[in-house]
Amino acid sequence: MAMTETTKARVSAVQESKKAANRRRIMIYLALLAVALIAPFLAYPVFLMKILCFALFACAFNLVLGYTGLLSFGHAAFLATGGYFTGYLLSQHAVTPEVGILVGTLAAIILGTFFGLLSIRRQGIYFAMITLALAQLVFFFYLQADFTGGEDGMQGVPRGYLFGFIDLENNLSMYYFVLAVFLIGFMLIQRTIHSPFGQVLKAIRENEPRATSLGYNVDAYKLVAFVISAGLAGLAGSTKTVVFQLASLNDAHWHMSGEVILMTLVGGVGTLVGPIVGATFVLTLTHQLAQSALGDWVNVILGVVFVACVMAFRAGIVGELQKFAKKNFK
Amino acid sequence: MTMIFGVPAAAFFGQLLLGLINGAFYALLSLGLAIIFGLLKIINFAHGAQYMLGAFAAYLLLNLLGINYWAALFLAPLIVGIIGALIERYLLRRITHIDHIYGLLLTFGLALIIQGLFTNLFGVSGNRYPVPSELSGGINLGFMFLPFYRGWIVAIAVVVCIAVWFLIEKTKLGGYLRAGTENPALMQAFGINVPLLVTLTYGFGVALAAFAGVLAAPIYSVAPGMGANLLIVVFAVVVIGGMGSIMGAIVTGLAMGIVEGLTKVYYPEASNTVIFLVMIFVLLLRPAGLFGKEA
Repeated sequence: MAMTETTKARVSAVQESKKAANRRRIMIYLALLAVALIAPFLAYPVFLMKILCFALFACAFNLVLGYTGLLSFGHAAFLATGGYFTGYLLSQHAVTPEVGILVGTLAAIILGTFFGLLSIRRQGIYFAMITLALAQLVFFFYLQADFTGGEDGMQGVPRGYLFGFIDLENNLSMYYFVLAVFLIGFMLIQRTIHSPFGQVLKAIRENEPRATSLGYNVDAYKLVAFVISAGLAGLAGSTKTVVFQLASLNDAHWHMSGEVILMTLVGGVGTLVGPIVGATFVLTLTHQLAQSALGDWVNVILGVVFVACVMAFRAGIVGELQKFAKKNFK
Repeated sequence: MTMIFGVPAAAFFGQLLLGLINGAFYALLSLGLAIIFGLLKIINFAHGAQYMLGAFAAYLLLNLLGINYWAALFLAPLIVGIIGALIERYLLRRITHIDHIYGLLLTFGLALIIQGLFTNLFGVSGNRYPVPSELSGGINLGFMFLPFYRGWIVAIAVVVCIAVWFLIEKTKLGGYLRAGTENPALMQAFGINVPLLVTLTYGFGVALAAFAGVLAAPIYSVAPGMGANLLIVVFAVVVIGGMGSIMGAIVTGLAMGIVEGLTKVYYPEASNTVIFLVMIFVLLLRPAGLFGKEA
């Protein structure tokens, strides 16, 4: 059937505006990349690396909450697993950092598969409770296991030489390595979301029975998304251990699972850059508070931010900005 | 000395009793969670913090106003229950129209606030609450020594659980509650004030948590963190039992306490993980939970 002139014009107009939006997005990414590249000369690199690690963690978490609609309350387990395995390999077997990180990520993927297989049997609120309980099981395991150092954690993990020749003791090379890891993780998420696979995930989030009736194996899609998310959370944990030369029990605690939810919520659930903004916001806030007279009030203030987000700013910083832009510039 | 499966009888029954006491707390807390979930469809993440509030309310009533344990057993749940009702009225009600996950996140934030506040006011270490003089001491049953207060916890928890079951399953008020769980819109059309019922239900569930907190005050130290880790175990108990039935919550709670106690006798290393392992097995065999209905 031939298209009428007006439909053709409309289609090409839509394509044009899509292209323009894409161009704008690429410009924003390039600007952010430029900032990231010069940042270590302007701010303390170790703090920046912390932000990058947690931003990756939050982006990974957002893949399940924001794009699949599953609230995992057990992501701390993957962060800690990545950290412990990498820390163990680096300090006991003197492997190069990239091998340690790969193995840590792999361990998180395996754990994620196990978590996913169990927890996607239930939906909604049950899913949150099951992942929380499983993560608590993992927490007790790391508390009692010999290789983790229990309450003290694993300290003095050597950073080592990347690929055997780049000295990561130098904070600047460490920073650019962490940035590269972050970008790989972020790009993977970006590709996942904008692929046909990601579209199905969104369909599941919006209307699960409908997706099922259209013939999609909903559980398989959820499981794959969950495993990708777990692996990237593990990657963040592994990298974090190399940066701080420490793997600690704090990372496995349910408090950490809550913190990553907060980061994602503050930044904007279901937006690509939201978790990055949220992680930066939460870490800067806790960092500033810890140094001020309000140091003891960090948890209370985080709780207040949590409540305020749920009550008034459910779209998060990036989400609210997008809404604002849509309202005023269209 | 009598032995039971290679363990001295006194140790065996001692751990069994401890397990029963833990089970009593699991039952009371999961009962409250189930009631709240039934009507509000949210998981109350602040349940552990509200349990802690109950213990602190008893502690403060005693130390500031000289009000004894028996009065606190009524007053503390009342006070904390009213706080709960206010939380429902002014916070939870505003987000009932959106995804119930936000209710969970809101109560999680509240738990962080309450717990952080009490940590700052009272420090992390616990405060002692004396066992009421009427229940101090104990009795030698021949095979074990039973402290009166511990026996009291198990007895009163079971009585309260059964009373709540009776209230919900056999009275008119309970009928409203069950009807509200099934179809709130229709009930509203029949002229029943559903929003008020929701507020009262949340307050009642919270009061149950506070009641458990008062019971716990004399045997555990009254500390800001006392509810947080307990709550995660209770979540596992809820997943094991399924939230379909009130009786299911009670029975599963007590049973899991006993399982935990017996694990402490035979394989102590696994005692704090055994309930999570049971949860995994139940999920594999009966995903809806032992007493749950498949959605």
